[in-house]
Amino acid sequence: MAALTKEETEALIQEVLEIYPAQAKKDRAKHLAVNDQSLEKSNKCITSNRKSQPGVMTIRGCAYAGSKGVVWGPIKDMIHISHGPVGCGQYSRAGRRNYYVGTTGINTFGTMNFTSDFTEKDIVFGGDKKLAKIMTEIEQLFPLNKGISIQSECPIGLIGDDIEAVAKKANKEIGKPVVPVRCEGFRGVSQSLGHHIANDAIRDWVLENRDGDESFPTTPYDVAVIGDYNIGGDAWASRTLLEEMGLRVVAQWSGDGTIAEMEKTPKVKLNLIHCYRSMNYIARHMEEKYKIPWIEYNFFGPTKIAESLRKIAALFDETIQAGAEKVIAKYQAEYDAVIAKYKPRLQGKRVMLYVGGLRPRHVIGAYEDLGMEVVGTGYEFGHNDDYDRTIKEMGNATLIYDDVTGYEFEEFVKRVQPDLIGSGIKEKYIFQKMGIPFRQMHSWDYSGPYHGYDGFAIFARDMDMTLNNPCWKQVKVPWKTDDTSKVAVAAGA
Amino acid sequence: MALRQCAIYGKGGIGKSTTTQNLVSALAELGNNVMIVGCDPKADSTRLILHAKAQTTIMSLAAEAGSVEDLELEDVLKAGYRGIKCVESGGPEPGVGCAGRGVITAINFLEEEGAYDDELDFVFYDVLGDVVCGGFAMPIRENKAQEIYIVCSGEMMAMYAANNIAKGIVKYANSGSVRLAGLICNSRETAREDELISALAAKIGTTMIHFVPRDNVVQRAEIRRMTVIEYEPAAKQAEEYRQLATKIRDNKNFVIPTPITMDELEELMMEFGIIDDVDESIVGKTAAEEAIA
Repeated sequence: MAALTKEETEALIQEVLEIYPAQAKKDRAKHLAVNDQSLEKSNKCITSNRKSQPGVMTIRGCAYAGSKGVVWGPIKDMIHISHGPVGCGQYSRAGRRNYYVGTTGINTFGTMNFTSDFTEKDIVFGGDKKLAKIMTEIEQLFPLNKGISIQSECPIGLIGDDIEAVAKKANKEIGKPVVPVRCEGFRGVSQSLGHHIANDAIRDWVLENRDGDESFPTTPYDVAVIGDYNIGGDAWASRTLLEEMGLRVVAQWSGDGTIAEMEKTPKVKLNLIHCYRSMNYIARHMEEKYKIPWIEYNFFGPTKIAESLRKIAALFDETIQAGAEKVIAKYQAEYDAVIAKYKPRLQGKRVMLYVGGLRPRHVIGAYEDLGMEVVGTGYEFGHNDDYDRTIKEMGNATLIYDDVTGYEFEEFVKRVQPDLIGSGIKEKYIFQKMGIPFRQMHSWDYSGPYHGYDGFAIFARDMDMTLNNPCWKQVKVPWKTDDTSKVAVAAGA
Repeated sequence: MALRQCAIYGKGGIGKSTTTQNLVSALAELGNNVMIVGCDPKADSTRLILHAKAQTTIMSLAAEAGSVEDLELEDVLKAGYRGIKCVESGGPEPGVGCAGRGVITAINFLEEEGAYDDELDFVFYDVLGDVVCGGFAMPIRENKAQEIYIVCSGEMMAMYAANNIAKGIVKYANSGSVRLAGLICNSRETAREDELISALAAKIGTTMIHFVPRDNVVQRAEIRRMTVIEYEPAAKQAEEYRQLATKIRDNKNFVIPTPITMDELEELMMEFGIIDDVDESIVGKTAAEEAIA
């Protein structure tokens, strides 16, 4: 199917909005846009980071999800207490595929669930004593932990527990960092505020720990990888490239990361930001306080990787610049072979995305390297600075949708008829039942890594095996039959 | 006789617990089966009936046992003077946890365990002075107290609180069967107090059900952790509580209140000379500033 024109895309948005009541229509209209590369600022065309409308299907999370699930959870040698009733911790346990090295339960704790398991009496009498006791027990049972974070669930904020005081006391008693995080789920409009709160907790309770301590030997090539959660090993595939070009990766935030790495980060020369949305706050803070510059990079697909490696290298001396070129050259045969193999199978295929922090824009280049086109994209919890960065990546007249509702997404897909959709588990089966190839782009559908040159090979293989899977020929969908009347029904729905 | 559930509200320190326990004792004297449910973490709603410092509360027992589901009714329910059943919801120390949730948990427990049996004639909820959150409104939700009595006096803040409580009752009255049943004036011996409270009651659509005069015998009885009814049955004050009890027993005047505005309340107080005519020119002026002017 041919690409929609600007007018057709605008008409499509209007048509999809038609079903809403007046107030909801007015609100949702602000979150849907036709991309226009000539715009410098996204606020001219889209509104984001606003409360979702009641009654719609949104796939957003909460502040607790943003802090415990995203930012803090992957710090592998700390124990993260889900403080409150049991559900938040248990149903999010090991939910993200943040790979890590270590012996779980001994010196790493990433896939375990620690919870204060609140009951009525903890609500009524407060949970501070229980929290203190949990931390003593943690110290006895898991002595190799390197610190504790307290991830607040909703009731903590409602009953006014003083977790900061408990944390300070426990810190003195066990002599390790104890970090209280006020990420109660009711705060903010999505997980995004949870990222910010988690960043602030790192700023206030971790980052200063080694101020004035010069015992850590530094080099001119020290960098930190910020905002790579090592989904399916992403951070490892990224780290290799940085090290091969001559940089020293001092810290990984936070996939396969440790508290010690976080504490050492103020000593680095440059912060490299992959997921801007979830960790730009701490990068800005370090820039202000420690004068550490930061840049964003993108390790999806060889074009963006080469661009990023050169951009990073430009901030160092010629050794590193030569190193970058060497790395790009070294892998060229590999990624050329990947492209040679998969591009003919994927050329011209159209993709719609709907994901989280950075991927709605960062993976576009990787698809383009395979000859594919992203014709619609959107963020679950993005802000306008994310959309600012998206406008130039997307083609003119493509669809941009913020906090898209289940209904809108389905309607867009019915009309645009992409060859592939990349989104999350909640969307997967709906679109598969509609006969559309689908990849989970949060968890990499249990595959990965997708970052780096190694990741690109896997990415290309996964897209091909999904898109060109013979199973889709077995699924009968109205618009792929010869009966034109059914096509009209589907398109007009 | 069907069980009547009544809740006592009013400004903090107005004498709700003392009035409730004396009133309940008088009702018991008249042959009624009564239960008091204390809804205040201070747990001082039953001490005069039980001659105790403070009754062990549902929430503290639940904390000890592990959860409220581990408790039996007989663990929490104590019988005192003339078989009056006493229970305290309990709650945290000031400044921690959630007292409102304690009230909700305790009342749910009493209902589930069948504390409201057929033999009871009256249940009285004695509720913390300020309805600071949903928990303290629990006793007036659907299928709980239908009659609300507000204890007040002729002091400005007590009347202000009474009017505010009336506003809260309107919210629940419109969606359920809770009604305002009257104001109980617990005298502070302010000027024309009975007339003033009667006038306030009329404005908000109810009556002053009884004027309880001030009498030191109440304090003498309290020191002994007793009600006046029990300590000195022949005292004049005991007779006042008996009258209050009789009036409540025979009360049929249950209304959806018509709370008044702040301006109307001020007018009423001006009428009775509690406050002077509001002179806008003095608002926000310190004594020193006034002296210069």
